[in-house]
Amino acid sequence: MSTAATEDARLLHGPWGYASIGDKISAIVLERPLGWRWLLAFVLTGLGVLGLLAAMGWLFAQGVGIWGVNVPVGWGFAIANCVWWIGIGHAGTFISAVLLLLRQHWRTSINRFAEAMTLFAATMAGLFPLLHLGRPWFVYWLLPYPDTMGLWPQWRSPLVWDFFAIATYLAVSFLFWYVGLIPDLATLRDRARGAKRVAFGLFALGWRGEARQWARHEQAYLLLAGLATPLVVSVHSVVSLDFAIGNTPGFHSTIFPPYFVCGALYSGFAMVLTLAIPLRRVFSLESLITKTHLDNAAKVLLATGALLAYGYAAEAFCAFYSGDAFEIGMQQQRWHGPYASVYWTMLTCNVLVPQLLWWRRVRRHAGWLFGLSLVINLGMWLERVMIVLSSLSRDYVPSAWRDFIPTAWDWIFLLGSLATFAWLFLLFVRLLPLISIAEMRELVAHRTEAAP
Amino acid sequence: MNRWGWMAEFESAEQLLAAARAARSAGYAAQAYAPFAIDGLPEALGIQRSRIPAFTFAGAAVGGAAAYAMQWASAVLLRPINVGGRPLHSWPMFIPVSFEMMILGGALAAVLAFFVSAGLPRLRHPVFAAEDFELASRHRFFLVLHRDDPHYEDRAAARWLDERRPLRRVEVPA
Repeated sequence: MSTAATEDARLLHGPWGYASIGDKISAIVLERPLGWRWLLAFVLTGLGVLGLLAAMGWLFAQGVGIWGVNVPVGWGFAIANCVWWIGIGHAGTFISAVLLLLRQHWRTSINRFAEAMTLFAATMAGLFPLLHLGRPWFVYWLLPYPDTMGLWPQWRSPLVWDFFAIATYLAVSFLFWYVGLIPDLATLRDRARGAKRVAFGLFALGWRGEARQWARHEQAYLLLAGLATPLVVSVHSVVSLDFAIGNTPGFHSTIFPPYFVCGALYSGFAMVLTLAIPLRRVFSLESLITKTHLDNAAKVLLATGALLAYGYAAEAFCAFYSGDAFEIGMQQQRWHGPYASVYWTMLTCNVLVPQLLWWRRVRRHAGWLFGLSLVINLGMWLERVMIVLSSLSRDYVPSAWRDFIPTAWDWIFLLGSLATFAWLFLLFVRLLPLISIAEMRELVAHRTEAAP
Repeated sequence: MNRWGWMAEFESAEQLLAAARAARSAGYAAQAYAPFAIDGLPEALGIQRSRIPAFTFAGAAVGGAAAYAMQWASAVLLRPINVGGRPLHSWPMFIPVSFEMMILGGALAAVLAFFVSAGLPRLRHPVFAAEDFELASRHRFFLVLHRDDPHYEDRAAARWLDERRPLRRVEVPA
């Protein structure tokens, strides 16, 4: 037995065949009744969606003044939330694209829902800059179009780059996800009846599973993975340039792009675990999403967490090494200024507590990992808030220093985006196969080949 | 004759692979259907490598170049803005948008080329009318000989498929 085959055996427990694995995954969509737990979660998060919509209405009527933003802290929670959400999305692309190119078979049972997570997280991320615009009905001014005013976007502004990066990211993530879904939609079409059959049939585009189609599919999928890989690095680099290009103490640093990409993967893998652990339990998928998967994801957390800790250390070092009074002052403000509690909680959540992952028992224990993933999600959100608030509130003009205090609306928008993300994800798990059936069948096939 | 071809059902990927190889050496332009991508099946059927990579490259090149040209034209020709004498053609600042549009162009071209070369979307196809064909997305493997193939002759094809010892052979109505 080859090492790859032994590896595959650890990733798939139980006597699965081509039919049974497909039936298991498609039954979640086609047969499983809507339990009270799902309905309750759906209604509660649905109320959150309505709350967010209502809050958006109030925001558009009143303006961004309902938030705690001021001059000089013009960004507030909205931009911190945007960066946090887009970072969460990156793990989905990393799992589906980078791990595909690296032939990591353990990605197979988690890539589909991680890609869905990417789409929904990127949607939430895209929402916040629009809400933050003040006059969101002029959002199309970011687009290059030959308008009668003869104006063009400012190509030298990272905010314009950001618009292109996030829009491209959403589009490419969607294409990648949809192309991967087509064979599974055909599987669902062939098992469903009535209106569902028609709906799945239309979205499957008439996929027949012909050898030529599979060959083209494989090729296109690999190419999309190859395109998504530099894209995911570029998107968060561009997001970080929103900060780094600005001449603000704490922002204006070349460490930002790698530091942000690392943080993105860190928070994203945490969110993957936050979603995977309840999913495998509720839908009894422990034999498909095994402890090996959890273990591997936890190791990625450990690695990216270590890089992030280096980032925090380098940030502090560079501030003092620069000799600039404002850089040093800003760093000291982080330690014992108005946002010191955010800074130290962030370090606890992102650096101290995750050291538990060095223990194999913790990495393979679903409950511990779930708790840790929530801690890391919180820590990463605090990091984004810390970066935005501590620098903007302590700029080069001390007479303009001013603190940001979040209002109730700031929290409502954060919670509303969380509810909307969860609501979309709840819809996804009941409407589409949350694990790639076709790729799981390949795992089954490899195992059959390996076993004599 | 109202028959598009014959469809043989196999139990395993290995049997389908063997039958596909045999069909190719017998001169048939057979079609194979499977619930997942089988290693070696395209080669067994003699399916040529596609030009999806070339199209993807072209799409990426066009996307990147067009985005760069747009930024250059708008910043240098259409609306030049003098900011303290800084160069209008500030090319390093044009790279991020060009890069993103290059990726977008490549991805769109890859998906488009995939649809065209895989014949999607096509909601109607003779094989869908064959009995039990929905198992092709479940756990069965099918080989089809059809009349669009110049080498195809109805009775000989049926006999040839039976010699491959399939689970069963059904007709594919036209």
